[in-house]
Amino acid sequence: MRIQRIAALTLAVAGVVTLDACHKKPAPAPTPVAAPGPNQDSINAARERQRIADSIAAAQRRAADSAAAARSAADAAARAAEQARTALTAMVHFDYDKSDIRAEDQQILDAKVPVLQANPSVTIRVAGHTDERGSDEYNLALGQRRAAAVKAYLVQHGIADSRIETISYGEERPIAQGHDESAWSQNRRAEFEITAGGQTLKAP
Amino acid sequence: MIRLSRTASLVALIALPFAPALRAQDTTYRGITINGVYDPSHDKYTVVVLPVTGAFGDSVRAIVKRDLDFSDRFTLTPIDSSDPGALKNAGTAAGLNYPIFQHLGVQAIVQITPVPAGLHVALHDVTRGAVVNVKEFALAGNPMSRDWRQSIHQVSDEVTRWVTGQRGIASSRIAYLRGASIRVVDSDGASEITLPTDANGISPAWNPAATMIAYSTYGPSSRIVVMDLSTGQSRTLVGPTRNVNYSTPVFTPDGSRVVYTRAGETESDLYSIAVSGGATQRLTPGSRGVEESLPAVSPDGRRIVFVSNALGRPELYIMDSDGTSADVLTNYDFSEKNYRTDPDWSPDGRLIAYAERINDRFQIRTIPVTGGTPKLLTSEGQNEQPSWAPDARHLVFTSSRTGERQLWIMDTESGRVRQLTHSPGDRLPAWSARLGGSGGQ
Repeated sequence: MRIQRIAALTLAVAGVVTLDACHKKPAPAPTPVAAPGPNQDSINAARERQRIADSIAAAQRRAADSAAAARSAADAAARAAEQARTALTAMVHFDYDKSDIRAEDQQILDAKVPVLQANPSVTIRVAGHTDERGSDEYNLALGQRRAAAVKAYLVQHGIADSRIETISYGEERPIAQGHDESAWSQNRRAEFEITAGGQTLKAP
Repeated sequence: MIRLSRTASLVALIALPFAPALRAQDTTYRGITINGVYDPSHDKYTVVVLPVTGAFGDSVRAIVKRDLDFSDRFTLTPIDSSDPGALKNAGTAAGLNYPIFQHLGVQAIVQITPVPAGLHVALHDVTRGAVVNVKEFALAGNPMSRDWRQSIHQVSDEVTRWVTGQRGIASSRIAYLRGASIRVVDSDGASEITLPTDANGISPAWNPAATMIAYSTYGPSSRIVVMDLSTGQSRTLVGPTRNVNYSTPVFTPDGSRVVYTRAGETESDLYSIAVSGGATQRLTPGSRGVEESLPAVSPDGRRIVFVSNALGRPELYIMDSDGTSADVLTNYDFSEKNYRTDPDWSPDGRLIAYAERINDRFQIRTIPVTGGTPKLLTSEGQNEQPSWAPDARHLVFTSSRTGERQLWIMDTESGRVRQLTHSPGDRLPAWSARLGGSGGQ
């Protein structure tokens, strides 16, 4: 849009330049003429051209301003959608070998509830993950349990069971690669994926 | 797989043509003289594999020698093949100078001769100065191919049976997970292939005939898949089911059913289904918040060992195969820190191998199926996911002893270990039955 505004300005300037060029155009005709005096026709024509150029420039400005206003509204909606998406996909984490929702993570889940309520066509998939400790295979069951715990919390807070799918990745998809508590605590998590209705998220 | 009771093994041993080094008093049985009692943990037969002629003779000999070595039942005596004249003795029928071998402490000689149909194999009993077994073996495939090597492994296993009374395990294979691929490798570490499995495939398991692999997939659309190894065809046996993770399939010993874990909305339970499909049968009664997983079926098919956190921490349980009479097996050293997992039932029915966390590291133990005192088998690095060989003596497992998790094999009798794979991250090994027919003796 900024480009368009500059283009409009350029057009206006070009109009003026053209006008000037016409105005200053030397009269090369060697034939004798009457004493030079104001040519009312040419003055009128110049004024008319100026009036048209001004009108075009003004229309361009109005169009640009209107687009900017629309853009600003769209930006606000996009920001709201992004905030809704962020709330919806924010991860929660778990204590070692536990699937209970931690007290400090309840607000993360609480923030998803109004977003889901404001967007009834949205469905989500919750993926449970574990850290690398423990049995590779037993961790698949633990991951499923974590996803199920998250789902149960959301269902208790009024979200329809059918809108939440649960899966497990066990310890197969770590996001932190280390072999210490710092990495493990990041990997013990539930991730959220919007599986339908994510294109037009509304703010709660 | 073989199911050998103690009694059966003694009978088999009494029939041995070879006797370990002089020991105790001679005992005569069925006209065959043995000396003392064979002790599989210490007694090895000293054997020579003679040089093999022909274009691929060196390869045949190298494979057989390695197979016999990896069986952990033989000491291989090297002989100088540049002077075969020293081995000959015109005075004996086979032309071998038995007194020379006896002088070297050799008890058995394996003589392999290429013939049009494949290989002619003769076993000489040095003590008796006679050939005690001969057989011709067909060779499959082109020389050095996977099928050809498998044929040689079957020669090795039969020679092992001739000498010890029990077939070797060279003709078995190991399936495992490397990255996102399920692979199959011969038990000597060669002839490796990658199976065309789902990208999220995990936990391969063999059917008893070693003709099929079952595995599970995790993530979206989790399911149990069975793959026919001869055709490469896969089919979904169980799932996908919304809000359910399926894992850890194992075949029953008769090959008719698959037992697996179903992790649902409130708990994980064990189920079974016919390999041909049909209705699923729930085995564990289930209890909210309790995870039951990782089944392994006893060789007689009557019982199942599995992991449950019913007491708060993962412990091993044994139940009847219909899901009744569950009882905790690992009832020693109860502690909030216990973590016992990865059980596998030995093919002779006697032991459960498993992994236990000790001082924040997993180590492999065995425990009698009747309970009692467990035996610690590993201490270096982390060691997990044991799977029994068909001889109920060797285990394949993951070990981080080199700094990376790789597959290793241990002879549980002698403690000898060897590294099977060398790529970091190899895991979830499953040892097959012997290929090519009966798993028994």
